[in-house]
Amino acid sequence: MTEAVSPVLRPFEAIGRRTIEIVESLGRFGTFLGVAVALLFTPPFKLRAFLGRIHYVGFNSLLIILLTGTFTGMVLGLQIYFTLSRFGSEAYLGPAVALSIIRELGPVLSALMVTGRAGSALTAEIGIMRITEQIDALTVMALNPMRYLVVPSLLAGLVTFPMMTALFDVVGIFGGYLVSVKLLGLSQGTYFGEMQTFVDLSDIMVGFWKALAFGILVPWVCTYKGFHCGHGASGVARATTEAVVLSSVLILVCDYVLGSLLP
Amino acid sequence: MIRLQKLYKAFGDQPVLRGLDLDVATAEIMVIIGRSGGGKSVLLKHLIGLLRPDSGGILVDGTDITKLRGAALDEIRRRYGVVFQGGALFDSMSVADNVAFPLREKTRLSASEIKSRVEEKLEQVGLTGMGDKNPAEISGGMRKRVAIARALVTEPEVVFFDEPTTGLDPILVNTIHHLILELHQKFRFTAVVVSHEIPEIFGIADRVAMLHEGLIVESGPADAIQSSANPIVRQFIHGDIEPVGRAASVSAGGANVKQSVRGRA
Repeated sequence: MTEAVSPVLRPFEAIGRRTIEIVESLGRFGTFLGVAVALLFTPPFKLRAFLGRIHYVGFNSLLIILLTGTFTGMVLGLQIYFTLSRFGSEAYLGPAVALSIIRELGPVLSALMVTGRAGSALTAEIGIMRITEQIDALTVMALNPMRYLVVPSLLAGLVTFPMMTALFDVVGIFGGYLVSVKLLGLSQGTYFGEMQTFVDLSDIMVGFWKALAFGILVPWVCTYKGFHCGHGASGVARATTEAVVLSSVLILVCDYVLGSLLP
Repeated sequence: MIRLQKLYKAFGDQPVLRGLDLDVATAEIMVIIGRSGGGKSVLLKHLIGLLRPDSGGILVDGTDITKLRGAALDEIRRRYGVVFQGGALFDSMSVADNVAFPLREKTRLSASEIKSRVEEKLEQVGLTGMGDKNPAEISGGMRKRVAIARALVTEPEVVFFDEPTTGLDPILVNTIHHLILELHQKFRFTAVVVSHEIPEIFGIADRVAMLHEGLIVESGPADAIQSSANPIVRQFIHGDIEPVGRAASVSAGGANVKQSVRGRA
């Protein structure tokens, strides 16, 4: 039974209720990952589902990664060249492009691209399975739907995000090379030589750890939103939008946090 | 044997089940009827462990499944087969893979054994040769039959049917009902059928329970329910929108509707 609340206290009651809802939903969000991680280490392992997710999240995103990586490198090459040329420091174009891509833009942009392409599709697919009772069907077959739908996606994220970031880095540096060497006339030796001098393994590891973090974050958010979508087509549409927005915001927040913590 | 004891469930301030009691005997076909939105599907979700009651118990052979979780609940579910309202077929798989799925995941049968059992089940539901089709390529009636084949392929002790004939034409309704009856006679599972397919559903029911406003208002053999004096049951069976008691007298669906409408004219 709910007691009658005085009109003066109603705003406080509303704030309290909303706060409890937020805390509960954060709890559910955390528990969801905890259960998925626990299932990650307990058999049976769904190898076929995992390979399917690698194809779905990774292979199907290759083209978009190649395109965004190349053009990001080209834009960086162009813009940084004009900035550095004002100070007569064009020689540092190679390391500037490489460090920007390897430490920041590679992991962040590839994660954002995969979120838009595969993450949204993941939410929509799981959401449709929820509203058409396919997830309930798995549950009543005494099969844990998280094992079939969430764990393979998380694992695929962990494997593919670093690989796609590495690919983004390579084509991005190549894009910068095309503009600065082939278009603007910088010497090839300067571009790559200075890069070798200034970029070391710790920079690459920063990008790697970020990619790994995003590889957990994106599938976590996207599968959670699909699993807990509302009713009907509008519920799936809302869940998909929320998944993309939340993933994108968390990628940027996480990027800042990791950027300040990692060397 | 399934026994529901004082089952209570509310969503927010809205009670859906209000202390419901019901017994389902082993190997009988128990049909639960009631108005749309009256809590039939919520009741079924409690029976299959997808929802937990706020209070009350669900005893399956003496074990209260509302107190079970995880592996213990899965142990009970292994004895179940469920036919969902929309079929709930996995749309990323073919018809044959859908039927084979529970066998592949829950048993250690060889691929050839699974194949032969799937073919046998598809034959039993009249879908021989349709195994390669995708669920999106087949009709609604076929999807229901695939769902029945999938629910029965593990030879469960209890099968739950959630409105198995919703959205089908009268011929298909009878076809599905006959199929349920035929398979029940063959495999002797306990069946719990949620339906508002009146009066056709009486043809397959051993017993019928009428759910109204969160309570079972009457249960008993199909004949007894059809000739019930309970005004709520009579009103539901005859589809009468007039105040209870003025509906034209008993026996079967369409004719009664006509009779009742004529009576008011």
